[in-house]
This record gives sequence, C-alpha cells and structure tokens, in this order.
Amino acid sequence: MAEQPLISLRGLTREYRMDAETVYALRGIELAIGTNEYVAIMGPSGSGKSTLMNVIGCLDTPTRGEYWLNGTEVSRMSDDELARVRNREIGFVFQTFNLLPRATALHNVELPLIYAGTSARERRRAASRALERVGLADRMHHRPNELSGGQRQRVAIARALVNDPSILLADEPTGNLDSVTSQEIMAVFGELHTQGQTVLMVTHEADIAAHAHRVVTLLDGVVHSDSVREAA
Amino acid sequence: MPFREAIRLAFQVIWAQKMKSSFSVIGVFIGVTFLIAVVSIVEGMNAYMTDRFATTLLGVNTFQLRRYPGVQMGDVSRETRREWRRRPRISFEDARAVVEGLSLPVVTAWESSSRADLSHDGKIAKDIEVVGATEDYFQIKNWDLEAGRPFSPQEAQAGQPVMVIGHELAERLFETRDPIGREVRIRGIPYRVIGVVETQGNLFGISLDKFAVAPALSPIKRIVNPARVVDALLVRAGSLEELDVAIAETEAIMRSRRHLRPSDGNNFSIETADAVLDFWGKINRVLMMALPGLVSISLVVGGIVIMNIMLMAVAERTREIGIRKSLGARRRDIMRQFLVESATLATVGAAIGIATGIGLAGIVQATTFLPARVAPWSVVVAIVLGGGVGVTAGLYPASRAARLDPVDAIRQE
Repeated sequence: MAEQPLISLRGLTREYRMDAETVYALRGIELAIGTNEYVAIMGPSGSGKSTLMNVIGCLDTPTRGEYWLNGTEVSRMSDDELARVRNREIGFVFQTFNLLPRATALHNVELPLIYAGTSARERRRAASRALERVGLADRMHHRPNELSGGQRQRVAIARALVNDPSILLADEPTGNLDSVTSQEIMAVFGELHTQGQTVLMVTHEADIAAHAHRVVTLLDGVVHSDSVREAA
Repeated sequence: MPFREAIRLAFQVIWAQKMKSSFSVIGVFIGVTFLIAVVSIVEGMNAYMTDRFATTLLGVNTFQLRRYPGVQMGDVSRETRREWRRRPRISFEDARAVVEGLSLPVVTAWESSSRADLSHDGKIAKDIEVVGATEDYFQIKNWDLEAGRPFSPQEAQAGQPVMVIGHELAERLFETRDPIGREVRIRGIPYRVIGVVETQGNLFGISLDKFAVAPALSPIKRIVNPARVVDALLVRAGSLEELDVAIAETEAIMRSRRHLRPSDGNNFSIETADAVLDFWGKINRVLMMALPGLVSISLVVGGIVIMNIMLMAVAERTREIGIRKSLGARRRDIMRQFLVESATLATVGAAIGIATGIGLAGIVQATTFLPARVAPWSVVVAIVLGGGVGVTAGLYPASRAARLDPVDAIRQE
C-alpha cells in the first residue's frame, strides 16, 4: 500500500475515569486501513473493540494518540466537526438496527441527508435509490415494525450508504438475526465491497468474520493479531 | 436540520401523543383563553362606555346641576349619603338664576323624573319613567322623533298636558295604531301624545325606550317632585372649553345663592360624562393591571408543565437523539428540534386558547348585555406569549438533549 491509508491510528488510547480508578479500554492501537478493504475486528468482550468502533466512527474521541481519516486528523476535532465527519464520511450499521420507530423506511434513510442540508426532492431521490440498492424498493413506506429483522437491517444499510460514506462501519450487524438472514446480510456487505465500498465490521462470530478479507484481533486494548487472508 | 423539517417533525410528535400533548398545554391554553376573553370584554365595555353609556346618560359637552350625583360610582359611605340628604334641593329659582347668569350661549333644560303607571283604553304600562322637562330637553338628549313633534316653548311655559313617549312604550300602549293625538292617563290625569322618540336601544340590558316626557309645569309636576324643585338642570355648552367655563360659573352662582363660605364644600353637585368615564377608566386600569398577573401565573405554570413534559420527552427519546447524532446531527440540530417542538406545542395551545377565548367572548356577547370586542393586539400578544413560553420552557430540556453523549445515548433502551 503505497498510497496514504484511509484510516490511520497511531498510539490510540482511550481511558475512562471511574471514581478514583482509571480503566484503559484502548492502550495504544496502531492500525492502518486502506480504501476498499473489508476488515473484521474481533476479540472477546472487554477487549476494546466497541470502543475502537466508536472512536473510528467519531462517536467518541481518544484520550491520547492520533486518528487520521482521509488525511485529516479527527482526534482533535470539536463536537460539531465530528458530527460533520459522521454525516459525510461514516455510515453506521448497528446490531439493534437503530431505526426511528415512528418513521417510514424512506424517512429513516433520508435522515443523514436532512443533516447534510440536502433539498427535500434530492433527499427523496437518493433515499429511494439507496433502498433499491438493498432490494427494498417495495417497502419504502413501511415502518420498522412492519418489516422483518433482515429488512430492518437492509434499511439501516441503505441509511448508512445514502451519503456515500468513506467507510461502512458495522457493529455486530448479524447479532440479532437468524443464520439464514445473517447470510443474506453478509451477502449484501460482500456485494457492496465488490462495488468498491470500504467495510469495517466488529464481530465476535468467527464465521461472520470469515467474510472479511482481513481480520484484526484485539486483546486487552491492543492489536493482538492482524491477518490478511486470501479470498475464501 | 432545516426549520421546516423541524416544524413538520414537531407536529408529527405532538399528533402521535395527542393525550399527553393536550395535557401539557393546558396551562398555556387557560392563560391565553383568559387573556383573549377578558381583554375582549374589557375592550368591548370600554367602547361601550365611551360610545354609549356616558353620552346616553349624561350627554356630550353637557353637565347636570343636581342635589347629589345621579350616577353613583364605587362605594359611597353612609355619611356621604346622609350629607347628600341634608342638602337643599335645586329650586326653580336656582335653575333660572343659573341659566340667566351664564355668560356663554348654552342650551338648558330642566329634568325631574319619577316612576308611574300609564294607561290607555284599559291597557296599563306599569312603572314607566315619567320625566318633567322643558322644551330643549330633546335637543340636549340628542333625541330624534320618529313621529309627531316635541312640545313647544309655549306648551312648556303653560304646562300643557301633552307628552312625548319612547318607542317601546308607544308599542306597548298602542300596538300598531298611530299614537299621535291619543289620550294617555297618568294617575287619572289625561295627557295627549304628540310625539314618539325613535328607538334608543338598551344600556346594560335595560331598555331606553320606556319613558314619557311632559312639560315640567304640566300636572305631572305633582308626581315627580315636591313643589317648585327640579331634579336636575341640564346645560349643554358649545365645546369642551365652554363647558368648563359654564361649570365654573354655575358653581359660583350656586355658592353665592346658597351663601356658602369659602371653607364650605358645595352642597350641590355638578356632574359630567367625564366623571363617569374617569371612574370607568379607573376600573379599566385595575382590570388591565390585574390581567397580566393572572395571565402570567397560568403561563408560568404552563411553562413549567411544558418543561417537565419536554424533559420527559428527552429522557424517553434519548436513543432517538443518539441515533440522530450518529447520523450527523450537530448539537444545534438537536437543540433546534426540541426547541421547535416545545414552541410548537405551546403555540398550538395558545392557538386553541385564542379560538376558545374568542368563542367565550362571542358567547358572552350573545347571551348577556355585555359587549365584547376581540382586540387584535391581544391575539398577537397571545401568540407571542405562547411561543415565548414554549421556547423558554424548552431551553433547558433542549440543551440537555443537545449535550447528550452519542455513545451513551445510543445504548439507551
């Protein structure tokens, strides 16, 4: 990888103060991820993978160390600047889908565009296109409770993609799905990756991680192993 | 988030929780309803007092010389009443001396009144106001006649038994027949009807069209007053300035006739429409001073309720806030969302309050004699206050929502 990596983490540390004690969630992560990689982050609970996910997703800021995204240092940004990065560069997919229950699929997908200041017509167009991409063209006006788990996660993926982000961040994306549906969702990720999307996924399931081309294992807040495997 | 989007969202949330929303705006609703209704009624009364009451009762640029005030306002102590009763009455001679002593051209009339039953051809009209007056009384009262004529100076001087009656009295005694030239009896004394005054409507629900006016020197003088006294001398001046001069002169003439020393108070009273209006103005001011207090109490209570509801909403929707933040909502986006929601909630409450207030004013108008006039400024004030309460009440909850940590918020169940 000669060119500059998409994500570059240098000595990334995240501490939490709990009363008098300091808990280290991340203790000096060194990691670089390039464009169009498909990376799975694994590790037992408490290994710091969720914290790492939050920092990469700009929901959380590191206590020390540097986080460079697309050539800009985001580790020193203000709240509002981080919100902007989340809006433009990051697409989240959560284990629990995190859709707004009162809003239709279409409106859920439009949300990032609302905060980007896109016009109503353009929002609708882009959101419909994103839903079509995940195969939900006929479910646009349904509310989350009228959709199956797999469909909800597809809506969430459409929402993550609608702003054309640099990275798709998925946190246990199949954790709430049965195995058949899980395979479907993983197929969607695979397809997106083939189309050039950078995908970063946190999981503790080895068979899910097996879909990725690179597996990074965390242990006690540091990178324990980092292996690139040939396509299965 | 664009403003329009925030408002749309606010209505969606308010509509989704109709019950909660309606309870939360009850304080603002009551405050605004009260504001609109009270202001409408007070403004209506105001217009009524200036347009009708004072001028109807006392006339424009007119004063009345009386033994004691005819329109009594506020609390009159027992002592004052006793003093009034000790005063000498206004005699024919007093009235004549004042009329002769005034330096400016004025229109004057005597007025004495009592209540009596009138009859015609077996029909009886009970308890009618019977006025003994002089010929210019109609001019001072600004009355136009719908039929017949007023009595002439000659008839007044000679005390002819002729009378001019009010519209409603004419209808009651004569129904559809022409009253002119017919005979009416007052305590057995026959009178001839020579004129009918056109309808004057009513004042606070009391008809102003049930009266009979006859020359002061005609036989009714025995009914209306002891011999040779009048209830009032009415004096109408050409302008407000001339009215003041005439009042000063009248006071001087009366004090001299009554041999009052400089230290003595007047033992007669001079009454103008201004005095009545002044008094009304005082009531009006008290009402208008009490109003903001009452309205602000309910608005403050309403604001506190809304603030609590919004704090609850923020707590319930912590996860939604987290999701929105993860998708790129900035602090100010979240802040705006909740501020707009709270302002919309309060404004909707205010709008319903305005409608109800106008409705109440209309009901009062329709069912009582009290007039009501919706003041446009009160509607504007209500909307501004409603929105203002909403924004103020929403500030703290909205800033709490805006400051939520996205990682914590999104984990919330």
